[in-house]
Amino acid sequence: MTELTMKNRLRRCYNRMIPYFFVSPFFAFFLVFGAFPIFFALYLSFHSWNGIATSPMVYIGWENYTYTLTDPMFWQALKNTVVMAIVSGVPQHILGLFFAFILNLGFVRLKNFFKATLFLPYITSTVAVSMVFAIFYGYPFGFANYLAVSLDKIPFFHAIFSLFNLEIPLKWLASPPLMIPTISTQIIWRWTGWNTILYLAGLQTIPQELYEAARVDGAKWHQVFFKITLPSLRPVMQFAITMSVIGGLQIFNEPFIMVGKNGGTGRAAYTLAMYLYQTGFEWGYFGGAAAISYIVFVLIFIASMISRRVLRSDEGVS
Amino acid sequence: MRKLGLVLLVLLLVGSVCLEAAPKTKIVVGCYPALDEAYAAVLPEFYKKYPNIEVEIKSLGFDDHHSTLVTALAAGQGAPDVAAVEIAYVAQFVTEGGLVDLLKPPYNAGRYRHGIAPYTWAQGSSDDGRLIAMPADIAPGCAFYRRDVFEANGIKIEDIKTMEDLYQAGLKISKDLDGDGKNDTWLVSDAGNIAWMIIRSSPELYFDKNGNCVVDSERFRLAFEWAKKFQDAGIAAGIGAWSNEWYVAFQTGTVAYEPCGAWLGGHLKNWMAPDTAGKWGVAEWPALKAGEPRMAGYWGGTFLAIPEQSKNKEAAWAFIEFICTNTDVQVKNFETADCFPAWMEAWNHKIFEEKMDFFAGQQARLLWIDIAKRVPEVITNKFDSVANAAVSAELSAVLNEGKAVDRALRDAKTQIERRTRRR
Repeated sequence: MTELTMKNRLRRCYNRMIPYFFVSPFFAFFLVFGAFPIFFALYLSFHSWNGIATSPMVYIGWENYTYTLTDPMFWQALKNTVVMAIVSGVPQHILGLFFAFILNLGFVRLKNFFKATLFLPYITSTVAVSMVFAIFYGYPFGFANYLAVSLDKIPFFHAIFSLFNLEIPLKWLASPPLMIPTISTQIIWRWTGWNTILYLAGLQTIPQELYEAARVDGAKWHQVFFKITLPSLRPVMQFAITMSVIGGLQIFNEPFIMVGKNGGTGRAAYTLAMYLYQTGFEWGYFGGAAAISYIVFVLIFIASMISRRVLRSDEGVS
Repeated sequence: MRKLGLVLLVLLLVGSVCLEAAPKTKIVVGCYPALDEAYAAVLPEFYKKYPNIEVEIKSLGFDDHHSTLVTALAAGQGAPDVAAVEIAYVAQFVTEGGLVDLLKPPYNAGRYRHGIAPYTWAQGSSDDGRLIAMPADIAPGCAFYRRDVFEANGIKIEDIKTMEDLYQAGLKISKDLDGDGKNDTWLVSDAGNIAWMIIRSSPELYFDKNGNCVVDSERFRLAFEWAKKFQDAGIAAGIGAWSNEWYVAFQTGTVAYEPCGAWLGGHLKNWMAPDTAGKWGVAEWPALKAGEPRMAGYWGGTFLAIPEQSKNKEAAWAFIEFICTNTDVQVKNFETADCFPAWMEAWNHKIFEEKMDFFAGQQARLLWIDIAKRVPEVITNKFDSVANAAVSAELSAVLNEGKAVDRALRDAKTQIERRTRRR
């Protein structure tokens, strides 16, 4: 009798444990590759360490944070990053919505082909793409300059170019006012497809009855768009925009490859992620780099909270 | 039958034990192209000398190789036994630790000191006198010029003795061919190279012997001012290195004078502009001012180092010694991948007297040797990479944004000093 209950108990215990056993690989990997680096970076951010395993870490309190927050390069990088995030982020969503809207219309043929084409940039290697873009924007013989030179021969465009004081051929990647927009075109090119797919998925969840009812009531297309489509898309937009904010504050590959590790002319395209990389891996201030990563984390946290709040309060108004 | 099986098993066991008695030490050599080719070419010779060492050459892209090395040193494992380090990265490793001091036993690299080009020995040494990276190849700085363009403009390369002469030649060579008010042929590809030419031939780099930042010195001011003067006069094309435009400029001769390292000759000949053979010449840099000797500087160079975490340091040293201090090997590396020997004895080899067709029969290698002998010895400072980043950024601001030179140098110094003060 007692033996049986004992067995039962063991079996019950075993049965209870078995799910944990099955999920344990994830947690093991997460602890080693996810949680540990996160907490180690926090610990590291209060130390001075040159990144060599054998050399000691020295506790220095908040020094890394005060240094970073009083460093002009940090503020310059922050400004560049925010500008680049906006310049590259906003068009992604406008274009994404536009393409999604068109793809969602009943009469478009070859939908899957267009979807695949729009999404292709997202899965292409950034490094390879950045090289192609660098050639495209080459000075003075790149394709973009070929276009600019041709346009410059037309008096109307020539007047526009001279109005903005632009010297043709343009130094797309060396003239500071042009650098961020130029690099942003690549980021837009890459992420528009991703946003299109998100918005398309959102559009497909909107019940057709709403549109039919609107048609019966005689609503204009813009009323349909702003009163039905956009409000119904709000949850998707909230997600897509938050992802853009997070991605935008971490921009690294595109400027790094197109203008180099120093951020190009006068560091005009120097981003926070590049500042972090250079501080740690090039100058050997790993504690400082860890502090930057936590500052960037806080910035991303605040920015995504704001974007969520903004989109949510809109919902209340409508 | 069973007995036979048992006997065979015993024989097998004994055999394997015997084989293991002379185990091979395996070392990993981490490098980047084209060093991989150069080292692979001399491996058969190495195996003849060290049959018990097995070498695996791991090659990564230039930047990837160096950032992987930094990561491996930070992690405490994963670094190769022999790590190639390019001059631009040497400073980063010099005083930080993580690489062994090659002057200590069992390496005793000090005995080779007099065999190695002196300036490059200094570059591999820290300011406290350790040798953390053994010079493997060097890159004497020179200028590649288009003989045809110079001739067409009636300029003789011998007449370019000072920066002023170079500037005047630039004014003659740079022309607006299609009449749109902008030049279509230029003297140099990038005005920044004019500044680097002056900076890299300086007796001090970014810091003096006492570690004081000297980027606001007269030398730096002249470097920036000359670069700006070239830029403003429209005799610099504003073309970045390693861009398509750069190659096209070399192919078409729209750029007539390119300050660079000796290695550029190999690239020009092999893939950048092979059709221009015979049109090129190699020249020394001019003097900064009249009456001064001509400038001599470096433009690249490779070092070999042993990470402290390596478990096969002696075998790694055997490899480094083999590559760096052996005339035949150094010459072979030079033939394979244009790795100009840092080992001075190799300079006596007849290959250096060869008349080079690509340079219209010029004995360019003798000139490079001559330049290498005159490059000033500059002590490496651990903040060189910090300083380099600041100076590059400010130089580009001067050239492309019109920032005032004095202000740029002051800003560079402030940035550098701010970083060197921190812990």
